[in-house]
This record gives sequence, C-alpha cells and structure tokens, in this order.
Amino acid sequence: MKVPVIWLRDYVDIDVPIELLAERLTAAGIEVSHIEYIGLPQTFIEGIRWPISEHLVWDRDKLLLGAIREVKAHPNADRLVLAMVDYGGGELEQCVTGAPNLFEYKDKGTLPQPLWTAFAKEGAEVWDGHSDEPKRMILKEKALRGIPNRSMVCSEKELGISGEHDGVILFHDQPRASDGTPHLPGTPLQDVLGDIVLEVELTPNLARCFSVYGVAREVAALLDVPLRPPSFDVLMEGAGIAGDASIEIREPSLNPRFTLALLRNTTIQPSPEWMQRRLRLVEQRPINNVVDVTNYVTFEIGQPLHAFDYDKLRARAGGKAPKIITRLPEPGETLTTLDGVKRTLDPHNILVCDEAGVLSIGGIMGGAETEIDANTTTVLLEAASWNFINVRRSMGSQKLHTEAGARFSRGVHPSQALLGVRRGIELMRQTGGGQVAAGIVDEYPQPAEDVTVELPISEIHRLLGIAFTAEQAASLLARGGFGVMPEGDVLRVIVPDYRLDIGTGIIGQADIIEEIARIYGYKLIPDTLISDEIPSQYPNSAYAYEEQARDVLVALGLQEVISYRLTTPEREAQVTPPGLPSSLPLADYVTLANPIAPDKTVMRHSLLTSLLEVARGNARHADRQQVFEIGSIYLDRPRQELPDEPIRLGILLTGRRSAGEWIGETGGENVDFYDLKGVVEGLLHGLHVHGASYRRAAHTSFHPGRSALLSIQDVEIGTFGEIHPLVTAAFDLDDAPVYAAELDFEALLAFVDPLYTVAALPQTPPVLQDIALVVPDSTPAAEVERVIVRAGGDLLRNARLFDVYQGDPIPAGHKSLAYSLTYQTDERTLTDKEVARVHEKIVRAAERELGAKLRA
Amino acid sequence: MLEKLESLYQEALGALDAISGGDALRDWELKYFGKKGGVTELVRSVGALPKEERAAFGKRANEVKTALEAAYAEREKLVGAMELAKDLEEGEVDVTLPGRPRATGGLHPATQTLREYARIWAKMGFQVYRSREVEDDDTNFQLLNFPPHHPARDMQDTFHTTKPNVLLRTHTSPGQIRAMRELGENGTKPIRVILPGMVYRYEQITARSEVQFNQVEGLAIGRNITMTDLKGTIAQFAREFYGADAAVRFRASYFPFTEPSMEVDVECFLCGGQGCRVCKYAGWLEISGAGMVHPVVLENGGYDPAVWSGFAFGMGPERATMLKHGITDIRYFWGNDLRFLEQF
Repeated sequence: MKVPVIWLRDYVDIDVPIELLAERLTAAGIEVSHIEYIGLPQTFIEGIRWPISEHLVWDRDKLLLGAIREVKAHPNADRLVLAMVDYGGGELEQCVTGAPNLFEYKDKGTLPQPLWTAFAKEGAEVWDGHSDEPKRMILKEKALRGIPNRSMVCSEKELGISGEHDGVILFHDQPRASDGTPHLPGTPLQDVLGDIVLEVELTPNLARCFSVYGVAREVAALLDVPLRPPSFDVLMEGAGIAGDASIEIREPSLNPRFTLALLRNTTIQPSPEWMQRRLRLVEQRPINNVVDVTNYVTFEIGQPLHAFDYDKLRARAGGKAPKIITRLPEPGETLTTLDGVKRTLDPHNILVCDEAGVLSIGGIMGGAETEIDANTTTVLLEAASWNFINVRRSMGSQKLHTEAGARFSRGVHPSQALLGVRRGIELMRQTGGGQVAAGIVDEYPQPAEDVTVELPISEIHRLLGIAFTAEQAASLLARGGFGVMPEGDVLRVIVPDYRLDIGTGIIGQADIIEEIARIYGYKLIPDTLISDEIPSQYPNSAYAYEEQARDVLVALGLQEVISYRLTTPEREAQVTPPGLPSSLPLADYVTLANPIAPDKTVMRHSLLTSLLEVARGNARHADRQQVFEIGSIYLDRPRQELPDEPIRLGILLTGRRSAGEWIGETGGENVDFYDLKGVVEGLLHGLHVHGASYRRAAHTSFHPGRSALLSIQDVEIGTFGEIHPLVTAAFDLDDAPVYAAELDFEALLAFVDPLYTVAALPQTPPVLQDIALVVPDSTPAAEVERVIVRAGGDLLRNARLFDVYQGDPIPAGHKSLAYSLTYQTDERTLTDKEVARVHEKIVRAAERELGAKLRA
Repeated sequence: MLEKLESLYQEALGALDAISGGDALRDWELKYFGKKGGVTELVRSVGALPKEERAAFGKRANEVKTALEAAYAEREKLVGAMELAKDLEEGEVDVTLPGRPRATGGLHPATQTLREYARIWAKMGFQVYRSREVEDDDTNFQLLNFPPHHPARDMQDTFHTTKPNVLLRTHTSPGQIRAMRELGENGTKPIRVILPGMVYRYEQITARSEVQFNQVEGLAIGRNITMTDLKGTIAQFAREFYGADAAVRFRASYFPFTEPSMEVDVECFLCGGQGCRVCKYAGWLEISGAGMVHPVVLENGGYDPAVWSGFAFGMGPERATMLKHGITDIRYFWGNDLRFLEQF
C-alpha cells in the first residue's frame, strides 16, 4: 500500500526524518519496502540504511509554481505556442512550448483564470521529456523557430512524477497548502507537489493499517505524538432520509451492519485538485467527485464505500422508496459488475439487492446498472461491514480483486461503517454541493461487543523475560490506543474496536503482550540464553544412518543429487520398456489438484526416473557420471488419508571409470556391472551390514542378464545392474551403458549392526595358496565360493577371487576361477601338512559338488 | 689354485671399484657370487686339491669371500649414495603440469548446509526430528492457528491433492504439532528440536522462487522460556553460522502460530552492512521468521499455555547457501547439473 507522507501529516506531526520513521515502522512490523521521493531530497541518517534514490531533486530556486496568464500564437510555427508565465518575478516569462493541452487557450488574450502549472527557470535540471531512457538535462537559452527561449513549462515526465508527457502539468485550480492557504506564483515546486511516498507491506494481521489514517495511528504510537482524526461531522441541511430508503439484513453473520446516507441536488464534477493529487499518489484514477470520494475515504480510513444513483434505484422500485436487502443468491442468479463482466453468483456470495434484484456483490464490487453517471443528482451512499472470511472466499470464487474487497477480506470493524458514511457524504457535499438528508439509516442487528483483556503483570515477564511495572505497561498500551485500568497486579485492557487482531482470554493476553513488546521496541529487549532444563535426548538412528550412508557413498567417489519430488506418471512410465510389465510400485499416486506446471503433477514413485533424468541432463557435458540420491517416494494408501513416504536410495553410474583424462593418458574404459556392485558392497561394508546375497533379478527396468537382486538375510533390499537398453534409449542415454540401483533404504537399515565386532590382529603367519577350478559357465561364482568356504572350515580365513578365464586350454562351455586362499589360525603356526590336508579337502568337495576340475 | 684365488680377488676388487650403478653392481654379484660365479666355483673346486692344501686354501678362500662381501657392501652403500645424489640433482618433474584427476564424491550443497545447521543447533541441545511431507490440512494449518479461509493462508500458496484435506506441507511447522504430541508426553516434558525437511509452495519456478525447498524449523518448549531467550539463542546461532561479528536485528512480524512474531535479519556479511546488491542496499539480510509459540498451538500440542511457553523459528538453508556463495539462481539446487554440484 502506498502512503503519501503529505497525507499522513494531516493526522500526525512527524518530527523526525522520514527515513527514520520508515525504519521505526519496519521494526514495528509495518514493513516499509520502498521510499519514493517526488522532488524532495533524501535524508541520510547515521546507522540507518536505505538504497540511494536516483530521483530528481527539484531546485527550490528554479522549479516553481507558475501561473500562465496568456497563451499566444507562435509567429513561425503552428505546432508551438508562447505561454506567458507569472512565476512571481515581476515580468511574465515567455515559454515556447508544443504542449497540446495549451492550444485551446491560444489567442484568447489574458485568461480570466490563470492556468496553474510547473515552471522551470533557466539553469534548472529536469528529465529530458523526449528521451526514452531516463536522461537529465539543464535548461539553456535556445531559439525555437526564431523565438528565443530559456525556460519551460513542465510535463509530469520532465519532473519525474510519472511517464506522462502528452501535455504540461495543469492544476485543476489554484493549489493550496494543507492548511488551505493558496500557493502563490513562484512558490518552490517542492512545497506544492513535492512528497515522499512510503510503500508499505501489510501482513494479514494489519487490517487496521490498510489506510493512511491507520498508518498514522501506528506513527503516533511509535513516535509517542498525538493523533488528529479526520472530521466526521456532517452538515445535514436536507429533509430527513427516513421514508426515502430502508434496509433489511437477512444474514447478520455475513453482513453485521449496513448504513445509508443521502445527498440531494448535487452536481457530478471533477474533484478538487488536492483530492485528485492524493488519489493519483495512491494509484487511483480520478473519475468524478462522487466516485473519487468513495475511493478517498477507502484509502483515508480503510472503510470502503459504495455510491448509488438514487433515482435509478427509485425507478427500479417503481417510483417508491427503495429497500436495500442484503442476502445470499437465489440459484442461478447473475449480476453484471462494474467491470462489465456478467457473473453467475456462488451460493456463498453475500449480495446487496433491492426488491427488483441484485445490485452488488457485498464488499467487493457494485453492479453497472445503478452506478453514478454525469447526470446523477441524488446520491445514496452505502457504508457496510462484511464477514471477512466470506469476502475472501467470494473474491476467490469470483476471481475478483478490488480495493474494497482487499480491505473487507482482512477485516473492517462495523464501527467504521458509520464513520465512513459520515465522512463520505460530507466530502461529497463539499465537492459537489447539494443538501445531505438529515439522519443516517443504520441497521446493526447484533452490535459487536467490546473486547477487554485481563492481563496479570507477571505474564509479561513470564513470556517476554523482562519485567515491566504496571505503569510502564499501561503507558505503552495507551500509546497504542488501548484503554488501560490497573487493578492491583492485573491490567484491565480495553481494546479499541478497530483492533480486530486482538483476541480474548489467554490468546488476548498473548496479543496484548506482543503489543507491549512492539511499542517498546524489540530492539530494546535483551538477549539471554535458555535457562530451562535441557530435555532428555533420544536417538534418531534413521537420520544418523542416512547421513552415514551419504558419507560412505561420497567416500566411494559419488556425488549426491537432490531431485524434484514432483513428476508425472508419463515421465515415470519411461522407466519400463514398452510392452513389459511396469516396474513401478503398484500404489496410486499422490496427485496434485492444482498443479502449477504440466511436468509436475504427482509425487514420485521412483528414484530411478529421477536419476535417469539427472543423467540425461548432464549427458551433454559429462562423459562420466557417478551420482546417488537418498529421498522419499510417496505411495498412496487405500483407506488411509496420508500416503506412505518410504525412503529410497538410488545410485547411477555411467561413462568412464576413472576420473578424467591426463596428459598422454585417456580416461579409460566405461564402468560395468562390477563397478556398480563394488559401490553396493562398499555401501554395505560402510554401514556394517552383513549377510548379503545376490541373485539374478526380475526387474523390467534392467537388463535381465546384467542385473542382480540384493537380499540381506533373505529380505529383498532392491535391484541393481545395467538399465535396460530400451530404457536408456528412452532417456536419450545412448553413449554408454547406464548402471543403476534402487534400494529400499529402510529395509537396509534394519540390518545395520552398530555393535559389530572387530577381530583381533593375527599373531601367527598366514599360509597363502592359490587354487584354480574349472567349472561349467553356468556355475555362479558365489556357488564355487560357498563350496570352498564350507570345505575350508576353520582353517580357511579368506578366499578371494582373483581371476576368471575362458579360452584355450579351458574346454568350451567352461571357465576357470582362480582364488587366493588364506589359511590361518590364531592358536599356532600351521604346518605344510595341515594346509595340504585342507586344500585337498577343498579340491575334492569342488569336484564332488560342482563337477569342478583342478586346473593344471 | 691359490694364485688363481688371489688374482680373482684382485680382479673382483678392481671391478668393484669401477662400478657406479646398481645394475653393474648386480652383474658383479652374479659374476663372482652367483651359482656359476667365479668365487663360488673356485670354492666349490676345493675338493680337487690335495688334502694338505685344502685347509690353507679354505681359510684363504673364506678370507677372500668375507673381504669381497665387505667391499661389496661398502660399494653398494656408495653406489646408493651416488644414485640418490644423481636423482636429487636431475630427477625433476614439471611441477606446473596439472595433477592426475582423482574421482571424488561430494554432498549436495543443501545437505551440507542442513548438516551445518544441525551441528550448531545440536550444541544448544536441539535434536533432529523429521516428519512427513504430504500432510493433512489440520496439521499444516488449522492446528497452527490458520482457520479455513483465513487471510493468513494467502501467505503460503498451497499445493492441494485430489484427496480432500490432503496437501503438500507448505512449511515444516506441522512438525511442531507432531513433535509436541510425540515427544511431549501429554504436555509434561520439555522439548528442543529442529525439524529439517522439504516443503512445497504453489509458485512459478523462477531464478528467485521454487516449488520445493528445504526449511529448518526450530522448537523449544519449557516451563521457563522467554522472548529474551529466543533473541539470545538466534543471535548465538547467527554468530556461529555467519561469523563472530554478525549483528542481528529483530523486527515485528506476523505468523499465525507465534506471538509475538518477528523477522530476524543479519547484518549483510558481504558488505558489512554498508549496502550492496545482495542486500539490496539495505545492509540487512532476512534469515529467519520466529516467535513465541502461540497459546493455541501449545494447547493443540498438548501443553497448558498458562504454565508452558516456547519459541519457534524457521530458516531457509538454500537461501543461506545462495547468500554465502553468491548464487543468484535458486533453480540450480534441484537442477542437479554436475558442474554446479561439483563446486561445493
């Protein structure tokens, strides 16, 4: 929201630089996000930082209020005129200008009323009105089509007020100071048009600050200065309103209050200069005095108003006095709103109607039919209050955002309606003439109760950690507009009606304590460390092991990635080759009702897809990828509201095995199945998981011959291996085979053994012997190893496969597996004889159980 | 024989003296002491001598053998020294050539920052508590004092799911409710936890906004926890995370689940508060939203707000990482470009 300081000063004296005020407001939660300067200089204060503003500071001696007394024709140019400007300097200054909005005054002689404008003397700095880029220039004497010229009448663009350059600034009438004194020609423009506008960000609790006066209340509290409310007096000279309009509220919970005032015999005309200027500063386009007043009061005190053309209402009522009815819609009811949109109304949209039909959507936007036009002579002014939750819902369902709706949807107290209708009807009378009807129709079936909070002084200390006396607390609250009555150790706090954010009971106490802290200043509250007892600590082993697994994988040379959890079923379907059964979990997806992007509609079921997409993304620039991710997948559960969120561990390797090329050396070969298996084994080792077994996997995302199912003690943990070539092709990963794993991380963690034993170092020398066994191709290495280990018994400490060989002289269909065997026992040094006996036992077992032959 | 022995002795000594390299030394050893070496053969031939000469020859042969072995050992030492000297003199490499690349792994920057947070908060007694990402409306909003249709909900644009009442959590704060209910033992035990994890917002993905990001929520509940504790504890964190001189300021703000509520800024550590592009010339960087736990939230967590109090705060690790390392595009985090990730 924009807050012009010149407007703010109507209600509060600001005796500090605006930059300091902005800092104080920000610290108190009314965040000033930007300070906009119009012609006035920026002030720099020690310790307070605002961005340096690039605006034009108006020279107080050279940029002045001017009065154009006469507009003469240019002797040599039809598209230029000579403006004769009185700037308080005795003689009139002749300015050559092409401003189109002066042409209608050409050759009219001395004007009966001068045209008030912004005048720049020779040497003044202004923005170049003809430049597309912001460019400053200094006025110098120069002839224009033969007529000497050294000064200028200015457009808004040339002064940096706006981008407007279609004509020079022409005030609607003689500008006045805020005390009403007319400004004279030659007054520095800074004093006439100069201003500072604060851009204020309002959190949802700050409904009370959604107006200039609302911000002024905060300024008064923070600076501890008096507040001057606007006048709510009305000159009521007309016949009474009773009998000319009535109100019926059918849903008092949605529309607690409705008020009406009537202005007769008025004239619709442009608003006065000061009002137009203020509206422009808050980005409202002036229209006519009645519409402008409704906007002005909305921005001034935060109570939106709506003006009806009374005669149109009367016509709809068949010439009788209209009756305003607020109610919910009939099924199928429609309304064409002021924005020209014909709307079908939702069942919860509270409406303002008459007996002939719908007039407005309550608190949001009026209808086109009864709006004010140039011929309106009688204005019926509405000020009402609306349930904020309902207005917010209606704005959402009608996709309709208005200044009125923005305020009502945050909350406006019913007390403000009466103030608004009084302020509005009087301003309309002042700006358009006519007589205000005596009396206000005020329907307020269930008046809101005053809120009072009992606050024990000790509670302030309990929650803030600093002690206030009752007097200190009361004085801070009084600055904030609260009524305070100390009663012993308890403060009885009477909450001002506009403070809808203050609750009752223990919530109200917390609200009041926050106010005390806020007005006192968070800055002044000291820092302490917690003196309360430290809670009992508990282990979070799932988290600890997850971090441990990350460390292990990083030590194995892998880079961690973190992917979007949102994907689409189509993206994930690519992880299975066409025509094969899906490898994805069978569960339903957690599906977004309001996706923001077409490629993010569901929560993922698979880490494989995430990793293949990572690989695809990097393939263009990386010929080696070794990555992992640990994260959740999301599985909808039938008959349960919330999904399962199991954690998966994914690994992906592709491209070169070694880190990179070096002078004269290539990067080497691509990774294969055993690189990936090495990572899996390294992970198990690092987590101290024992009892792994591997068998051929049946997972459709993988190459059936080069993938394995990992089990720990017969519990399936996951599949790893070469990704199916049709899947890699679907992810455009054709350059090298891709190896990946997706493991059920929680299943794996069940086997982590934190109390693993560490063997003592051997005291006796080992005996090393090699053995090479020739077995059929189809015999898995694990089977050979199992036989060796069992036959080797206690004396065989370790069997390590070091060679697999096929080809001459090994018979076709066979392979030779060579193991290095370590014989050792802690009790004694083994004799050759003992070793030979066990070795022989192994050979015989292999022959017997595997049909193996000892390789010569 | 004896003369032969003596001449072989002299020859071997002479040859040894001429040796300056390890290879020649090994050749020498083979020539005189190998299986078919001169000395070995001569000693072996002792049997061919008449009996009476054998003793004298054997004695002399042993002397020669011992002397040659000693000479060899000495020469070996000398040759070693010469070779070392040569290597030290001439064996230089071009130290300006690049190193041979090593395969190193790395943690994602978000993990690194989360760990740093966890480490600092653990020192102050805050333990990690994790909770679910797909949440119900009650826990994400209502129990945190966001009534249905309340304007405060506008502060957090929400992804809803096709199941009524189920949404993607918009903040880690629902974990407050879950932690209080799980660890608080019906409001009888104090709590100090941090709640790290992924949250989701209905936002266009741009350089400055993301649909998913991490948050780290903190929650301390006790019988004697005050706003001064909140200020002091967060200031302590900021000094450890942003540097010993880091100044913090607290501004009033609004969150439905805390009261008083505040925003916490740290003095811009890039410009020392003088104003720069990163802090948008304000000198301050927003690092946290915080506040005293709202009485309604305490009640919903099972605590009596007349007896118990607490504070909570939320921080954004990705934003902190961006500030520290001059990253201007938040999309890098989940883009997983290795050229980005490998810089951490």
